[in-house]
Amino acid sequence: MSEPAATDTPTLFDVKEMELNFGPQHPSTHGVLRLKLKVDGERIRECYPIIGYLHRGTEKLFELHPFFQNVPHTDRMDYIAAATSNLAYCGAVEKLLGFSTPPRAQYIRVMLCELQRISSHLLWLATHAIDIGAMTPFFYCFREREQILDLFEEYCGARLTLNCMRPGGQPYDLPIGWLDQCAEFAAKFDACVDEYEGLLTNNRIWKQRTVGIGVLPPEVAIDYGISGPMLRGSGVNWDLRKNRPYECYHELEFDVPLGTNCDTYDRYLVRVEEMRQSARILTQCVEKIPDGAIMCKKPRVIKSAKETEVYSSIEGPKGEIGFYIVGDGTAIPWRCHVRAPSFITLQALPELVKDTLLADLVAIIGTTDIVLGEVDR
Amino acid sequence: MSENDRDPKSDAEEKAPEQEAEASDEVAAEAEDEAKKAEAERLAAEAAEKKRLAAEAKAAAEAAKPIWERDPSPPTWSDADDDELVIALRSAFPDAITSARSFEDLTLVVTREAVFDLAKSLKEEHGFTYMVDVAGADYPDREERFEAVYHVYNQSTDRRVRFKVSTDEDTPVPSLTPVWKGCNWPEREAYDMYGIRFEGHPDMSRILLWEGFNGFPLRKEFPVEGIDTGSAIYPEYYEEAQGPISGDGTGWKVPKKPPVPPAEETAAEEASTEGSDSDA
Repeated sequence: MSEPAATDTPTLFDVKEMELNFGPQHPSTHGVLRLKLKVDGERIRECYPIIGYLHRGTEKLFELHPFFQNVPHTDRMDYIAAATSNLAYCGAVEKLLGFSTPPRAQYIRVMLCELQRISSHLLWLATHAIDIGAMTPFFYCFREREQILDLFEEYCGARLTLNCMRPGGQPYDLPIGWLDQCAEFAAKFDACVDEYEGLLTNNRIWKQRTVGIGVLPPEVAIDYGISGPMLRGSGVNWDLRKNRPYECYHELEFDVPLGTNCDTYDRYLVRVEEMRQSARILTQCVEKIPDGAIMCKKPRVIKSAKETEVYSSIEGPKGEIGFYIVGDGTAIPWRCHVRAPSFITLQALPELVKDTLLADLVAIIGTTDIVLGEVDR
Repeated sequence: MSENDRDPKSDAEEKAPEQEAEASDEVAAEAEDEAKKAEAERLAAEAAEKKRLAAEAKAAAEAAKPIWERDPSPPTWSDADDDELVIALRSAFPDAITSARSFEDLTLVVTREAVFDLAKSLKEEHGFTYMVDVAGADYPDREERFEAVYHVYNQSTDRRVRFKVSTDEDTPVPSLTPVWKGCNWPEREAYDMYGIRFEGHPDMSRILLWEGFNGFPLRKEFPVEGIDTGSAIYPEYYEEAQGPISGDGTGWKVPKKPPVPPAEETAAEEASTEGSDSDA
């Protein structure tokens, strides 16, 4: 729907700006994002995101259920990276209730989260490339993503909404042969990333569409509270796995890739390198994983302390996923707020797309890597 | 442990004869009472000692266990009045911080009047440049029921600080969007969910719910099953939280203010706008 701006003599060439509705049912908005655009020809002058089409009141539901029954709700927020949402929630509840996880459970969690990071980045790469016009990487990415989902299925029976963690530890031990399959996947994954990079990294069209597009200076990124690969693509060395290590990340070796030019292409490079590092972490986990318990000792009646509040966050595939939980002395959280990385990242979109071309909007939405389930909660 | 077991017994044995000797000086009847009393005391002391030992043994066994088999250790809050940052902030903004406590993160309760300047100083002088999150919270029993909770990082010292401002239903809170741009949407969300108004916010409108939604869903009194959206869309025709399908269970309920002529108009208008939408 378009409407010419009111002018005194509306001729074809006097029309300066027009309003354009982008989404919510547009495939390149990655869900139900709606943007109200003011365009001047091909240039975007103003962008106003309208969200909430997927709002399910998750935070209200959190206040209804005991701590342990809330884990499935977290699956449905970032539905393509459920394991990391599970971990963020379980970590916050553990901090509130004072549980400490056994080392074997920590390793299982880290493996699940790194697999999840790879699968999330693969889905991002596949859809981002399709948005820009490269169809082929999609098939390569989904080939490997399928194997990861199979690994998840073997562990917990689900492929997307995993519900694979509990406050205090892990619900199940690893199935027989799972570690071997995981090691096999991690060993060959580097070659797979080479394949994706072969298709894109030095591709002239890919570079033309991404280099210098959506530049996000580091100070702006920090001001907006942007986290994850978006922040590291702007050259800020901030990774919660390194800066505030949780679970067993302090025992593992990995690098934090950083971008230099703060553009879409650098963020692509950062995410691709992150996938390689995740595979490296997986290999180490398979070697180092100890035997032993997978669940901590839990009291029969689980109650939080009175007037207690905790904030705990982890590094998810999209950035910092945090939970702010207030305990009132009962078994139900009084308040459970989610710091959703996509929600925080998306608010910088108007600034990122200002005065860019309409075609680049699609590339920029792709590079922010948002999941509307998490934005709207 | 075996040594510990022996000690209290011998102590008790030593005490007992002394007390008996004292008792022998008194009248015989009183002496009997005294003896009984002493015996009871001795037994009580023994029992207490045993209890203490058992507790000690349990604690030792607990400490020998790996951390995940121990009893949970819930957060322990400590006073943070002597924290350097709190002292610095208090000297710059006297009376601004009403309470400071800490468990992993420093938690400050800040007055509404001072929060903007304090936030500015946190960002510009103390290096808390990274905005993490803004959350609303509702405590209906308090005098000022709502709380806006801010989390900020200092990336160079890896420190996280949480500060809270309380307010009631009518009083606005100063918006911190001019300080950290990232507060924009989270503050809008707090407004959307709780009705906390932020003064000085560039765009104080609903964000997740639609404009015109009647009520604030994260307030504690808001029903979890939701309200009939009839009143949310047509507040002028339906009582609050009422609508065409709620009420006596018979299904349709006659609205309190029958929308006879205006309803047709709006319906017609709606149909026409919908039509034009779908055409485009």
